[in-house]
Amino acid sequence: MKIGEVLREAGECQLVVHLSIESTHPHPTLFPRYHKTMSALRILVPVKRVIDYAVKPRVNKAQTGVETAGVKHSMNPFDELSVEESVRIREGKKTPVEDICVISAGPTKAQDILRTAMAMGADRAIHVETKEGEDLEPLGVAKLLKAAAEQNKSNLVILGKQSIDDDAGQTGQMLAGLLGWAQATQASKVEFTGGDSVQVTREVDGGVETLKAKLPMVITTDLRLNEPRYASLPNIMKAKKKPLEKKTLADYGITAEKRLKTIKVTEPPPRQGGGKVEDVDGLVSKLKELGAL
Amino acid sequence: LSALAVLEQRDGKLNQGSLSAVTAAAKLGGPIHAFIAGSNVKAVAEEAAKVEGVEKIIAVENGAYDKGLPENYAPLLVENIKKGGYTHILASATAFGKNLMPRVAALLDSQQISDITAVESENTFVRPIYAGNAIATVESTDPIKIITVRGTAFAPAAVGSGSATVEDGVDPKVESTTEWVSEDLAKSDRPDLSTAEKVVSGGRGLKSKEEFDKIMLPLADSLGAAVGASRAAVDSGYADNSLQVGQTGKVVAPQLYLAVGISGAIQHLAGMKDSKVIAAINKDPEAPIFQVADVGLVGDLFEKVPELTEKLKSA
Repeated sequence: MKIGEVLREAGECQLVVHLSIESTHPHPTLFPRYHKTMSALRILVPVKRVIDYAVKPRVNKAQTGVETAGVKHSMNPFDELSVEESVRIREGKKTPVEDICVISAGPTKAQDILRTAMAMGADRAIHVETKEGEDLEPLGVAKLLKAAAEQNKSNLVILGKQSIDDDAGQTGQMLAGLLGWAQATQASKVEFTGGDSVQVTREVDGGVETLKAKLPMVITTDLRLNEPRYASLPNIMKAKKKPLEKKTLADYGITAEKRLKTIKVTEPPPRQGGGKVEDVDGLVSKLKELGAL
Repeated sequence: LSALAVLEQRDGKLNQGSLSAVTAAAKLGGPIHAFIAGSNVKAVAEEAAKVEGVEKIIAVENGAYDKGLPENYAPLLVENIKKGGYTHILASATAFGKNLMPRVAALLDSQQISDITAVESENTFVRPIYAGNAIATVESTDPIKIITVRGTAFAPAAVGSGSATVEDGVDPKVESTTEWVSEDLAKSDRPDLSTAEKVVSGGRGLKSKEEFDKIMLPLADSLGAAVGASRAAVDSGYADNSLQVGQTGKVVAPQLYLAVGISGAIQHLAGMKDSKVIAAINKDPEAPIFQVADVGLVGDLFEKVPELTEKLKSA
């Protein structure tokens, strides 16, 4: 045996010992799980098609929602971060990734963003087609994703911390609750620290905090996590050949029941700019006049 | 109708920001109880008992709840909600509230109403959508309503002459599947961004972290203001992420918001357009920030801001 191999063996030994400590459970058994190696990751990445972030949405005349017809749509920006992070976990090679599956519930056009996600590096996609008026509330989405995570044997779900249309910021936490999994929301850093242990730095009021958990878990992404790549043309072509499975809500035992009834949607009160001043003295006197100084 | 306001504590101190939940609960019209959990919770419970309008404090003494981990805090809350028979559960839309409440809602099979800005009736609420570009009025049909409250729309309830009773809550002692490791919080002697009366906010126009600090910090100190930043400034590393104002950062509504070198993307406006007075300094006369600013000054910020700082100091 060469010295390199000895060292490598020693290294692996260390890893095993480390693992046995890591896997100490509230109810330790007499047989620590020495044989347990790290699980290959099966990542589920939910994505949503929303009005493009650069478009200013307009409330419709009937005051029932915002105008969507003829408006540019794209992938929710936080979901791009989720797709990117999944692909980076695979590229980082610290932990084996068996599957990156993107899923979206929405109209036929939702397939566009599923293709985009596959062009960025996801392996396959599931499109849960919804009809007009069948849009889901966060609780409904969480129930759908629970069924999908179980069916696809996912052990990690990475999703955006919020979608920029409804701004509810609920789905990830709800999903973790329904599955009984660990959750780390508003992640700005995700590290695999050996075995099934994941360390997540998350953005909180006033700074960041770091949590440690074991798979399976749910992570929601925040802006500083990464910078999503642009899909290259060859990858866009390749994505056209990747599998896209079509499903319905019924396939997951979900109905589009509504718990929240939208009474009306209105424009916010307009804010009128008050014109400009010539110089710093003008600024100071105007602010005094407005009672702000 | 009976409401439970979920309060936060840190190191034995009541988080004043979490008292927005009490203010919103008061609009419902029924009795209000408040919930608090953590180690040495007694002192915090006694402080909370002085909050106006609260009848009873439900307190759970257990250090396992100090970090607000939803994996054990959500089942804790669910047990206490069931025991108390509450119909409305409210928490401020802070990092704690946003992280915890949807998990509670899922366990109770309730569709949460996030980030409300007004209470219309016991089942109808107003909340901004699309970064505040639209305002939705929604009616909840769930028997237990889970609500997070936007702090800028409901001023924190006053700690004053209240005399609530303090009662021990139930503790299911669920093990958390996550472990808290560490935190890194920005330390500052300046006012807290979320609640400050005045905010000065810097954008991409500041060009570097050095310039951001050199230009913005003296300006903030001349006004006694908190410091904020646009996403562009945070992304470029000019300012800490905890200073980000906008749709996905902090939402602020101070008496004065002074935007420096910020163009005014809709995502940024979402976080500050409810400020009482908005002022802007920007070299681009066409910058969208001027459309919402009560007073605008077109000019080079590297020249105008130090001049302003000097004039404010000598005033």
